[in-house]
Amino acid sequence: MALSKERLGRYNPEKPQENRLTDLGPRHFWEFFPPVIQENYGKWLYHDILEPGILAHVSETGAKVYTVRCGAARFMTVQHVREICEIADKYCKGYVRFTTRNNIEFLVDSIEGLEALKKDLESRKFAGGSFKFPIGGTGAGISNIVHTQGYIHCHTPATDASSMVKAVSDELFEYFKGMTLPAKLRVSMACCLNMCGAVHCSDIALLGYHRKPPIVDHEYISKLCEIPLAIAACPVGAISPDKTESGKKTVKIKSERCMFCGNCYTMCQALPLSDQEGDGVTILAGGKISNRISDPKFSKVVVPWLPNSFPRFPEVVENVKKIVEAYAKGANKYERLGDWAERIGWERFFEQCGLEFTEHLIDDYRLAYDTWRTSTQFKFTDAAWEVSKVAGGIEE
Amino acid sequence: MAFEPVREMKKLNYEELRIYSDAELKNYTEEELKSFKCKYEIPKLDELEKGPWPSFVSDAKQEALRRRKLSDDQILTHRDAVEDLLGQLELSFDEGETHWKHGGIVGVFGYGGGVIGRYSDLAEKYPSIAMFHTIRVNQPASKFYSTDFLKTICDMWEYRGSGLMNLHGSTGDLVLLGTTTEQLEPIFYELGHVLDTDIGGSGSNLRTPACCIGKARCEYACYDTQALCYELTNYYQDELHRPAFPYKFKFKFDGCPNGCVASIARSDMSFIGTWRDDIRIDQDAVKAYIAGDIVPNAGAHKGRDWGKFDIQKEVIDLCPSKCMSLEGDQLVIDNSECVRCMHCINTMPKALKPGVDTGISILLGAKAPILDGAQMATLMIPFMKAEAPYDNIKEFVEKVWEFWMEEGKNRERLGELMQRVTLPKFIETIGLPPAPQMVKAPRSNPYIFWKEEDVKGGWNRDINDYRSRHKR
Repeated sequence: MALSKERLGRYNPEKPQENRLTDLGPRHFWEFFPPVIQENYGKWLYHDILEPGILAHVSETGAKVYTVRCGAARFMTVQHVREICEIADKYCKGYVRFTTRNNIEFLVDSIEGLEALKKDLESRKFAGGSFKFPIGGTGAGISNIVHTQGYIHCHTPATDASSMVKAVSDELFEYFKGMTLPAKLRVSMACCLNMCGAVHCSDIALLGYHRKPPIVDHEYISKLCEIPLAIAACPVGAISPDKTESGKKTVKIKSERCMFCGNCYTMCQALPLSDQEGDGVTILAGGKISNRISDPKFSKVVVPWLPNSFPRFPEVVENVKKIVEAYAKGANKYERLGDWAERIGWERFFEQCGLEFTEHLIDDYRLAYDTWRTSTQFKFTDAAWEVSKVAGGIEE
Repeated sequence: MAFEPVREMKKLNYEELRIYSDAELKNYTEEELKSFKCKYEIPKLDELEKGPWPSFVSDAKQEALRRRKLSDDQILTHRDAVEDLLGQLELSFDEGETHWKHGGIVGVFGYGGGVIGRYSDLAEKYPSIAMFHTIRVNQPASKFYSTDFLKTICDMWEYRGSGLMNLHGSTGDLVLLGTTTEQLEPIFYELGHVLDTDIGGSGSNLRTPACCIGKARCEYACYDTQALCYELTNYYQDELHRPAFPYKFKFKFDGCPNGCVASIARSDMSFIGTWRDDIRIDQDAVKAYIAGDIVPNAGAHKGRDWGKFDIQKEVIDLCPSKCMSLEGDQLVIDNSECVRCMHCINTMPKALKPGVDTGISILLGAKAPILDGAQMATLMIPFMKAEAPYDNIKEFVEKVWEFWMEEGKNRERLGELMQRVTLPKFIETIGLPPAPQMVKAPRSNPYIFWKEEDVKGGWNRDINDYRSRHKR
């Protein structure tokens, strides 16, 4: 049954139930496994990273599968996907895989096939000059940056995703291509704190953030929204009922209470937050997902706000590089970024990364007390001497 | 071993399904692509073609050019869609604000999710993206594909949509970005009738489940992540397509505590593979690691000279529960004290393997920050067998859903409900006994909500009786 070329295809709007297939579920995974994967399912003994981006898995049957991992923009055209398929048809028996972090994986079952595939992938460039299939993203390095839609396809973003990820990935390229870091370092990006990308447990998280309270579309809000739902949407009780001069139902915002989460806009389109001067980027660091050595943990805010400098976000890139380079220099082998920061102390983290510590970084939301220091165990950095000077504890 | 689909599936052969011939697929030259100019001035986007990382702008231009050159009978939706998208994106950079409208209820008949309405707020300026809806296609478990499937979806999507997609969306779906309302049903019919597949979740329903690569190509996987993901996705099709929940609900399946799909941070119900017997040790391989004959950590640190491998410093001293030691040249593990963090196994994969009595730990309640702050999943079931047909798992899922659907408020994630009703009350309701494994530490305040039946004599007391012993 070929794809239809009729304008409405197999759908008959007169009889919408006719021939309707529902609840089919996804296609079964087994048919998409290349033969070497089917034959060795559950039999893998061990793997080796032969070089950055190249994995070799060895089965108890003696079979081997070589994987070439390539970076990719998750935003792809059908043309690029067709090129991926052309490569998979030529070298990989017509199979290809994508990872959770949006890398492309090409699998081959011989070392000869591997060499030819590598050479081909490295030779392919876009007309603009960038690599189509950079090989890397394994081991103690930086894998693909997972991200959200941004201005390409979302109604709530406080920044753009694809452009920021491109800019940061260009600068971190050597870490994608190499395995020179103390441990893996996962960078993630979300354009607002709805966090479709769930970046809150990443070694480095880039987060779009609004800084202006919503504007109320007074004349239309009662037509566009359920006002009680908009009021209930606010986690800090900053929205309350009001009336316009002409007596229409509306809401008012206690701006000093607003924490700019944007949940009201999600519930009510008459409360937009986005603003060129207000919106920007927050950097969080030190989170992880893995249970290896230490518990999974949340990322912490280390840079409260940077401007949306489209298209290359130089301030974001500079701060990310500072963190990555300080981590690369200071951490022990196997130590994730958050574990390093905890070992040396966050005061030392700010010093070594050259980041300013501002009042914005001290928690004042729920459970804030858990983050306050209730110990005399700390390290002296310049920030500590500043406190002493202001308090009159030491001479200038 | 092989797994069977829940129903027979159509074989896909691109040659029989395709829309475009080989000649039609190659409808522009390299020279034309190099000299391609978008119909709008897009200097900021052009800047993003530079640098080594794959440029989404360069990619978009390929499709923009191709659409320009397709004949009218080779395309059903707007040929300028990609150029209009680039134009609007450039404008968004200039203005620092998005130009997508809020919401727009569209979908396919009988489903409450899987399609997300999207409209430009500059429809006159960029008419080709005035309507630009998203369709989430439920990805196959762990995202292996045949090129027959992908090429067929590409033809269908270029013909009926923008030709732009995400591989993949954050939750895991293969995302088709941008089509008109008219084409939603036809696309759904093509997906079902030709590609024999279905769309994913959105809104207050079960979101498209996702899993790690599991036993397909990983020696650490403690259960069949694909099989469990596929089974629960199919078993709960109704919950996936027809929103009946207080809010979204996510399943994610990690084969081991390394957590490659991040289930512990981003799923309401997180399934993480584990084992309850002993780590398997090959003492000869341990010796080979110590002697430097095997590269540690499967070569993950090859890019830098970290010196000779030191098993004491790099494995034994880093063990979080300090349950390992070297006795002579034998590595000894006190497995009863092991917390299964995977570090020793990751570091010496040829010498150490997870045990063979494997299953899952189930954790509940992870979510991103909206509203009360981010939550990590909380350990609920330390160990459970995970074998087809997974009745024990389904029973647990349904108990949790029953409580959440009964008690959860509108837009309250499971983790938030657990906080609101408290963990003691929550486990009591779903019928689990309390265990120290569920907490990092016992409470430090003594404000225990004792129940009347816990206390001898109950709460009804006579003040006169009290006063008979104590003067006012």
